[in-house]
Amino acid sequence: MSVIKSQINTRTPQFAENDAAMRHLIDDLHQKLEQVKQGGGAKAQERHLSRGKLLPRERIERLLDQGAPFLEFSQLAAWEVYDDFVPSAGIITGIGRVSGVECIIVANDATTKGGTYYPLTVKKHLRAQEIARKNRLPCIYLVDSGGANLPNQDEVFPDRDHFGRIFYNQANMSGEGIPQIASVMGSCTAGGAYVPAMADESIIVKEQGTIFLAGPPLVKAATGEVVTAEDLGGADVHAKVSGVADHYALNDEHALQLVRRAVARLNWRKLGELDIQPSRPPIYDPEEIYGIVGTDLRKPFDVREVIARIVDASEFDEFKRWYGETLVTGFARIHGYPVGIVANNGVLFSESAQKGAHFVELCAQRGIPLVFLQNITGFMVGSRYEHEGIAKHGAKMVTAVACAQVPKFTVLIGGSFGAGNYGMCGRAYDPNFMWMWPNARISVMGGEQAANVLAQVKREQHERNGTEWPKADEDAFKKPVREMYEHQGHPYYASARLWDDGILDPVQTRDTLGLAISASLNAAIKPTRFGVFRM
Amino acid sequence: MFRKILIANRGEIACRVIRTAHRLGIRCVAVYSDADRHALHVKMADEAVYLGAAPARDSYLVIEKVIEAAKQTGAEAIHPGYGFLSENSRFVQACDAAGIVFIGPPVGAIEAMGSKSAAKSIMEKAGVPLVPGYHGKDQNPELLKAEAEKIGYPVLLKATAGGGGKGMRIVEKAADFDQALASAKREAINGFGDDTMLVEKYLVKPRHVELQVFCDSKGQGVYLFERDCSVQRRHQKVIEEAPAPGMTDSLRAQMGDAALKAAQAIGYVGAGTVEFLLDADDSFFFMEMNTRLQVEHPVTEMITGEDLVEWQLKVAAGQPLPKQQSELQIRGHAFEARIYAEDPDHDFLPATGTLSYLRTPEENRHVRVDTGVLEGDEVSIYYDPMIAKLIVWDTSREAALSRMAQALAQYRIAGVTTNTRFLKRLAEAAPFQQADLDTGFIERHQALLFDEKGGSYSPNLLALAALYALLKLNHERQQEATRSRDPWSPWHGFGGWRLNTNPTLNLRFALPEQENPVEVAVEASNATGNKNLWTVRVGEHKLLVEGQLNDDRLDAVVNGHHRSIHVADLHNQLTLFTADEQFSCQWLRPDLDSHEFEEATASLTAPMNGSVVTLLAEAGARVSKGDPLIVIEAMKMEHTLSAPSDGLVAEFFYAAGDLVSQGAELLKFEAAEE
Repeated sequence: MSVIKSQINTRTPQFAENDAAMRHLIDDLHQKLEQVKQGGGAKAQERHLSRGKLLPRERIERLLDQGAPFLEFSQLAAWEVYDDFVPSAGIITGIGRVSGVECIIVANDATTKGGTYYPLTVKKHLRAQEIARKNRLPCIYLVDSGGANLPNQDEVFPDRDHFGRIFYNQANMSGEGIPQIASVMGSCTAGGAYVPAMADESIIVKEQGTIFLAGPPLVKAATGEVVTAEDLGGADVHAKVSGVADHYALNDEHALQLVRRAVARLNWRKLGELDIQPSRPPIYDPEEIYGIVGTDLRKPFDVREVIARIVDASEFDEFKRWYGETLVTGFARIHGYPVGIVANNGVLFSESAQKGAHFVELCAQRGIPLVFLQNITGFMVGSRYEHEGIAKHGAKMVTAVACAQVPKFTVLIGGSFGAGNYGMCGRAYDPNFMWMWPNARISVMGGEQAANVLAQVKREQHERNGTEWPKADEDAFKKPVREMYEHQGHPYYASARLWDDGILDPVQTRDTLGLAISASLNAAIKPTRFGVFRM
Repeated sequence: MFRKILIANRGEIACRVIRTAHRLGIRCVAVYSDADRHALHVKMADEAVYLGAAPARDSYLVIEKVIEAAKQTGAEAIHPGYGFLSENSRFVQACDAAGIVFIGPPVGAIEAMGSKSAAKSIMEKAGVPLVPGYHGKDQNPELLKAEAEKIGYPVLLKATAGGGGKGMRIVEKAADFDQALASAKREAINGFGDDTMLVEKYLVKPRHVELQVFCDSKGQGVYLFERDCSVQRRHQKVIEEAPAPGMTDSLRAQMGDAALKAAQAIGYVGAGTVEFLLDADDSFFFMEMNTRLQVEHPVTEMITGEDLVEWQLKVAAGQPLPKQQSELQIRGHAFEARIYAEDPDHDFLPATGTLSYLRTPEENRHVRVDTGVLEGDEVSIYYDPMIAKLIVWDTSREAALSRMAQALAQYRIAGVTTNTRFLKRLAEAAPFQQADLDTGFIERHQALLFDEKGGSYSPNLLALAALYALLKLNHERQQEATRSRDPWSPWHGFGGWRLNTNPTLNLRFALPEQENPVEVAVEASNATGNKNLWTVRVGEHKLLVEGQLNDDRLDAVVNGHHRSIHVADLHNQLTLFTADEQFSCQWLRPDLDSHEFEEATASLTAPMNGSVVTLLAEAGARVSKGDPLIVIEAMKMEHTLSAPSDGLVAEFFYAAGDLVSQGAELLKFEAAEE
């Protein structure tokens, strides 16, 4: 394969400025994550620990193979969404390796509002299950939750993608042979009781775990029966009397060991097959991405410089190098896995869209996973382009991306605006995983364009009414629009609402993709049937 | 010379005898018990005969079976080694009756020395100096006490039939006499069926110096100089050396003559040892004569260049002594350290278990290892806990001692607790190097020889343990990866990769004497952990480690300091052997300590395999914290287990006389509610 020759001079002031700006964003991200990791705060954590329970992150540490990676999802879920501070939406999810098997781990954080489900808690839980289903990953639920967050019941309970979907997913995944293992390490009330009950195998912790459809207060209210939580649905009840739990753990650590043993018994094999090779690091330092990309979306960079710092040995065989040059397509390897890379290098034209469709077809045909590196302001506009049928050429690319059944991975490395987001496998196109860099922005169009469009409409109104619209008024009108777009297009805003699976330090892009590709190989790679391409 | 002999012993001494016999072209018959089916002495011998069950009284001590084995195999002579039947006159008589040569002294000599008090009166008559004492038959406790008073405290009470520290008590003052007498008698009657006691002056800072003598059947005798065996614990020798430091030629000659006089007084033939107490003023007193080859005979061999077993065989075959006194010379200095399966940090409690890891120092003209065990052997409760001897020689005491320390560092044993580390500290202790010796040496230098209980740990050693753990993890993951369908997956990494967070890996180690595990945080130099360079945090210390592991050898670099160490890993129980020290810890891994979760109830368990001597409480009794509940006898010692707190003895699971295995729950104890 050919090696990308980097043209980057790391000694320019521009590079240093970019680098500093990106590091500033990453520092800010780390700071936010530090906050999030405190869960429900020192006091709640202390109370939790005093009961002899482990904190959720510690539970995950003890569950994983020693030192094994943990690919956490949506660390900033629910960030600044609710009036309450609900760090990580009160639930920690991710892929971790347990007994040599990559598993989805869903762990309630009881220190955050008792581990109750806010709307975004539900969404995050369901997203983890969706990842499990798409990538065929065994699920481990570390349950410690008071169930639905009652003040938010209308956004948690009734709809299709609400609380009930958790159990629907459990049933159907179990039916597909995707193991469901639950460990009850705290309360597991009402609807929550179905998590262990619906699991293939379940574990309950002595004097900690409780499972019941209705807790003691509700029982008393309904029937007058007075009973303690432990006698109603503790470990002794469920492991010895009811049979709701299969294994009896003496404490958290023991429970986690029992989960590890349960996973070790799965007889698990990965079904995805690729032509793999040993992993080789890139020849350029991935940290240089900071100085190359920077944080100013208006400043272009050659996306090949980014690819050179992500792929094995910086080797990249380009496809249609000199055709439709605003889209870079080509073959490479990441951690030894063959990938097809589709990366923006400018606005999409008809040629680049057709090239993209062609390349996606190639990869789907050959069963090669696709990596999309999004930095796109959109498709080219104007009569010349409409006349040459950019809409149908764009549609070809969207069709190809939508239908391709190979694993798809999307990273927003810059802007993600308008239909460009669709053609480049945005969230709606079901990539197996999707991440954003801290400098990225996502919205239907750029803030400036939106402000201009809206101002244009307003101006036309004024013109029709024959009224004046002074420049100062126009600026005052545009400012909040720009601000709103800037606010809503920000990665924190996006990640808080689970439009992605998390914000990614660019330096970790390669490892994250490697882990994700490997995890996706738990599922067989399916053949693709494309829809009708408009010619 | 004999063509075939039988060795009526086991362990290192049987192996040692076989080596010489083989060198002389003599074929060897070993004997063995159930416990020794696969023992080294059986493997080394040309043939081996099964004797019986593991307890020595059912096998190695059964005279008829040993004689029968010799007859059956056509052995012309029997070498008894030491211990077991070596000083048993009935056995010698049985040999004589069967027409088999007993490689040792005649019956008369053994009988004469068999009873300590009788031996002393013989010696007294022969003009050998004795420690003031009472050796009479009248055992009236009041009389014994009066005699003690006459001799002057401190006195030593000793069973006349005893040995090896059993049935022996030092009495500091009259007030303690009665109790000491009673317990010594109890031990003696249990041990030898005879509780006749003698009372002696207890010398406060005496040295134990013994003379090796050799007599042939032609009436000739020589002495092969002395051995200093002063360093003892509980009257058992730990390190012996020859010659004795500070020995003058004239004192040596005096003691040698006295020793020969003693031997000749009883018509001795063969190898014998005359033990003396040597006081600070060079006066010496006869203690006893051992009518056998001593455990510590190799130090004599090292300084004289003679093979004492060869001498034994020649003399037993009727040949004259190979050398005259004038032909014998001392060359250089030799030490012997006894490797015991025991725990010096817990009162030298004997240890049992499997020698899962055993590496001995390389043997050469300076270093000799007399061992009876191989890696994988079991150290059982049935026999002496001494498993090997390390003998070193050099031209001077100082040089020999430094060889000893070096060789001990190379003596690496795990699986069974041994005293190697203690021996090394002993060899390196300044007072020992200065030869400031006496039988109270270990007692006096506790602080120097033992670790502080629950002491601190060295971050460097923990860093080495962490490095080992990392390399082991790396190796395991690589193997796992090779087996998997996705061999280059980054999921095989173990550097603790985390999204948007510095990767960390926490290793946990349980240290002896420390209640809580120690956490060691590791940062990999790269997140997938496949480069062998890590930053290790131990408490406040930050160390940069890298290394390579080849089997048990760890080539480590800690903060730029290269060193080569060895690691024994027995189910994550790690023992690190560095050039200077030995360090043990348990690597706590997620899946491998599930036994921790067996429901813990207050229970009292047997400290080792043994038998129940007596129950000291009734089932159903309410007891206070510290009350003795049950006495276990194991490895020749009594262990009393006491109530851990106030509470109720619900039930005893064993009765007196029952055999118990190590770790067996002995009784059910219910602690009183707070």
